[in-house]
Amino acid sequence: MGKKKLVLVGNGMAGVRTIEEIIKLTKDQFEITIFGSEPHPNYNRILLSKVLQGDTEVADITLNDWSWYEDNDIQLYTDETVVKVDSDRKVVVTDAGRIEPYDEVIVATGSVPFILPIPGADKEGVTAFRDIKDTEIMLKASKKYKKAAVIGGGLLGLEAARGLLNLGMEVNVIHLAPYLMERQLDPMAGKMLQTELEKQGMTFLLEKQTKEIFGEERVEGLRFSDGTEIEADLVVMAVGIKPNISLAVESGLEVNRGIVVNDYMQTNIPHVYAVGECAEHNGIPYGLVAPLYEQGKVLAKTICDVKTEPYKGSVLYTQLKVSGVEVFSAGDFTEGDDKKAVKVFDEQDSYYKKLVLRGNQIVGAVLFGDSSDGNRLVSMIQKQADISDTMKVSLLQPTGQEAGASLVATMSDDEIICGCNGVSKGAIVSAIQTQSCTSVDEIKACTSASRSCGGCKPLVAEVLQHTLGSSFDSKQQKEAICGCTTLSRDEVVEEIKAKGLTHVKEVMFVLDWKTEEGCSKCRPALNYYLGMVNPTGYEDEKESRFVNERMHANIQKDGTYSVVPRMYGGVTNANDLRRIADVVDKYEIPLVKVTGGQRIDLFGVKKDDLPKVWEDLDMPSGFAYGKSLRTVKTCVGEQFCRFGTQDSMGLGIQLEKKYEGLQTPHKVKMAVSACPRSCAESGFKDIGYIGIDGGWELYIGGNGGTHVRGGDLLYKVKTEEEVIEITSAYLQYYRETANYLERTSAWVDRVGLDHIREVLDDKEKRKELSARMDKALSVIEDPWKAIIEDKKLKKELFETVVTS
Amino acid sequence: MVNKNISKVLISSLQELPERLGKTFHVGNMELAVFKLSNGTVRAIENRCPHKGGVLSEGIVSGDSVFCPMHDWKICLEDGLVQAPDKGCVKTYSTVIEGEDVFLLIE
Repeated sequence: MGKKKLVLVGNGMAGVRTIEEIIKLTKDQFEITIFGSEPHPNYNRILLSKVLQGDTEVADITLNDWSWYEDNDIQLYTDETVVKVDSDRKVVVTDAGRIEPYDEVIVATGSVPFILPIPGADKEGVTAFRDIKDTEIMLKASKKYKKAAVIGGGLLGLEAARGLLNLGMEVNVIHLAPYLMERQLDPMAGKMLQTELEKQGMTFLLEKQTKEIFGEERVEGLRFSDGTEIEADLVVMAVGIKPNISLAVESGLEVNRGIVVNDYMQTNIPHVYAVGECAEHNGIPYGLVAPLYEQGKVLAKTICDVKTEPYKGSVLYTQLKVSGVEVFSAGDFTEGDDKKAVKVFDEQDSYYKKLVLRGNQIVGAVLFGDSSDGNRLVSMIQKQADISDTMKVSLLQPTGQEAGASLVATMSDDEIICGCNGVSKGAIVSAIQTQSCTSVDEIKACTSASRSCGGCKPLVAEVLQHTLGSSFDSKQQKEAICGCTTLSRDEVVEEIKAKGLTHVKEVMFVLDWKTEEGCSKCRPALNYYLGMVNPTGYEDEKESRFVNERMHANIQKDGTYSVVPRMYGGVTNANDLRRIADVVDKYEIPLVKVTGGQRIDLFGVKKDDLPKVWEDLDMPSGFAYGKSLRTVKTCVGEQFCRFGTQDSMGLGIQLEKKYEGLQTPHKVKMAVSACPRSCAESGFKDIGYIGIDGGWELYIGGNGGTHVRGGDLLYKVKTEEEVIEITSAYLQYYRETANYLERTSAWVDRVGLDHIREVLDDKEKRKELSARMDKALSVIEDPWKAIIEDKKLKKELFETVVTS
Repeated sequence: MVNKNISKVLISSLQELPERLGKTFHVGNMELAVFKLSNGTVRAIENRCPHKGGVLSEGIVSGDSVFCPMHDWKICLEDGLVQAPDKGCVKTYSTVIEGEDVFLLIE
């Protein structure tokens, strides 16, 4: 028995998905031929809006590339349209005159955009938004024209509008109904969406009926039934789609709005099936991808003669994300009659959630602002689940991250995570466990979850996190310090202590480093850890230091250096300034600049001049290059200020003198302000001090850099002694527990403020930490002085040899 | 001396070169970074990272490679090739050690 001939009319998502399902069931039952009107292989129509919005390229939205057809021995004819299915002769006829015999034929002609039958609809610059060609028309128009009008405030219209906005056009959205997306949203959510999109720059003309598109060859504007007009040089029609049934009509298939099919996707003519947007099941033509894929599964089994459950219709749901606005609706979401709604509305965070119940059963839902509960609600609606009171409360909780994680935890294995591709939680979990998937992309490759619209990506990521659970967390915890080892920071430090390791090379040798001499990440880190564990015995390795810390100056882009002398508390005097000025003259230093930390920075110093510059300055190093205490910034305080309640300069100088030169995991900046006006910006420093009546407030973990973080109040204390003791203990705890190159702001977030407080509240621990700090401080010397006095070192580091 | 176009320049004594650190040499109008590795080998390369001209003499040395101090590009001292994912190459120079003297071979 030879192979049966299977012909698919329409090379789109639903039809090709059906073929994929058939191939899964049988490899050699059919000889498959596919006809597509477009010149492309099967692509993801849903993502056209993303192409328009600039998030992806046409090439990236292909679902089945040319080689897929080849690999599966499928004959594909693109750019060719089937004009008739002749069921008497069992052949299909194309516009190219091809006559292709079939044993079974699937009609998957999709839908056509509805074009308003108004004058001017055929003008240049008027387009639908349905395929790659339309997308290209819009992209091209945006380069030349400025004013876009989108007719239709539904799903597609809004996505087109957002795309055109991204392309730099002004966008008017014209909509017939009084609120947006009236088919998918209730008035409340529709209005919220409008507010949000208006913020993004869209303009809405609601309850307007377009009567005419005017212009010469190209469109110039729209005229409405109330007589008003707007200008437009690009018009996108997105007023809806209708099943593409012209072929079916031509071929004598029974049609209503779509091609009428039964529960097995069979039409009224034997051996002719219909699937996708062109089909009408039980009075409903579906226009969303998930139901179409469900139909495809049933049809594949029917054609392959495999026992299948009949297709019983789908719960309709919509999930939309227009530039960050999450909108979701499912099932029967209008309350009234015997249906009651439960709502949560948070105007402040523009968040809205509505469940529609019939008795105890959930029949519909609307979510605005956060749709992460969507898939769960869909499956509850599908199951017509009973809702208990506790469930009601938990469902209406705004879902934060924690709630999200627990949401995934409470899902049963058969709940669908990816509605587009019908991938259940169980399937994803099994891919993680049996195929060792460790990223959303790997899960996508394995299971197709998140392959189509991408809306479920966050949920897939949550399943991943939840499934890997402790191992995922421990992975987070156990981050190897670099690629040369699998050991984490904590493990390395533990080994250094336990085995009494004394230098970098030994650590690498004993702990089985993969590289003989490490890399630019682990070498400085190990050098720091060794010094932290054994402050008085460890000899710092300059060859494991990053250039700035080896040269004790900041390297600049041209290979020169900058020099910052110490200036305690940002207080200077005429003598120091005079000396600085003399040095600037003598060494022809091109730039003198005041830094953000109240210091003077001398830029453009040549490497060979550095030791001489230091010698002439005769001031200690300001450590502006170090993973160390940088500066203590101060306000003028009670000495002069009308408001200052404390001696901020005094405390600042005291702190800077005590901790200068201390080696820390990353740079540490401090600021002391004499009153809550905080003129020294104490709230954005690693440690900030604010004078209050009768004492000081200590703030920690502040940062004013890339990731701005306001400091947390750690303690209020009365005396300067307490200030110093807490500072010592706190800084020492940071030194002993932070990863190398982890700023205090990140460290405080990681270990937690409460934990830090708990450690410091313990008087005993506080004393020990403070004592260890003093030990570390006891061996610090001024590096500039040390280099000036060490001829060999000076020569090694700063000499440039000039030969012939 | 196979080729009379190659000249041999004495640049340093071996013990004056710090181990696992670079040193800057001006030879004619060229600026070179010279490294004495842990195994005693001496390498010489152009003192200019192909990325943004960083001074390689100040980089961290690991085995037979140096990490540019500007943006952490890793460059092999033997052949001057930049390690992936970055791309590029710096000029390398041959060195000869005779007793305590380090010579540079310049074409």
